[in-house]
Amino acid sequence: MNVGLEHYLIVSALLFALGLLGVITRRNLIVIYMSLELMLNSANLALVSFSRFNDNLNGQVMVFFIITVAAAEVAVGLALIVALYRKRQSAHVEDLTSMKL
Amino acid sequence: MATDILFYIFAIATLVFGALVVANPFSRNPVTSAMFLVLTIISMAGLFVLLRAFFLAAVQVLVYAGAVMVLFLFVIMLLDLKEEERRKIKLMGLVAGGLSVGAIVAIFVRSLLATKPGENLPAPTAVGDTAVLGKMLFTNYLLPFEIVSLLLLVAMVGVILLSKKDLK
Repeated sequence: MNVGLEHYLIVSALLFALGLLGVITRRNLIVIYMSLELMLNSANLALVSFSRFNDNLNGQVMVFFIITVAAAEVAVGLALIVALYRKRQSAHVEDLTSMKL
Repeated sequence: MATDILFYIFAIATLVFGALVVANPFSRNPVTSAMFLVLTIISMAGLFVLLRAFFLAAVQVLVYAGAVMVLFLFVIMLLDLKEEERRKIKLMGLVAGGLSVGAIVAIFVRSLLATKPGENLPAPTAVGDTAVLGKMLFTNYLLPFEIVSLLLLVAMVGVILLSKKDLK
């Protein structure tokens, strides 16, 4: 059976599900963040495969922008985690349940 | 034919390494997760090459496996997350998470099988190399490109402000 658009989309869907599972079940802020990256990457894979099989490069430009925004998001998010860790001495979500510092 | 075999190799590698990022049976150390995330991203770059997105494959390795993962590892080392390994996962959270994720996968697969988006498409010819994408970025997508550069500047200023010692 020839590998087509559906194969790539199923890989992308499974990867998204893995990332979602990580965000829901893991309790470490850093690992939650990595699972978030996994979900972003699965969206990138879906966009690139749509772009390939519809013979249209606009999707790849979109992926380029997503990668840029993800890099900015990681920088800001990790700075927030570091700032939070300085206040609370923990990166475990169950220790971070109150809004007030 | 060879590309089909390569697709299966890279797809299985991506999924296995991705699963090891989320739930590693041998180690719950965040550094292990980060290393497997690097492997996931590299095998996904292989999938991008199979999809003829050469520029994005290179950018994926440079930006994700290079810059972003170094940042992750740097923060993990900085925070010194040792006590994580002692806590155990709550059963309720695992069951609820598994149920919701299974539902999402069911929705994805059912809608894929029902719509069949890959049927009746023309044979793909476009190649995403640097020259073509660069031309698109600086003509059709010039305004978004400039906005993204502004976003990076804002992120940089924000990170510097957040990491100051006395956060007001």
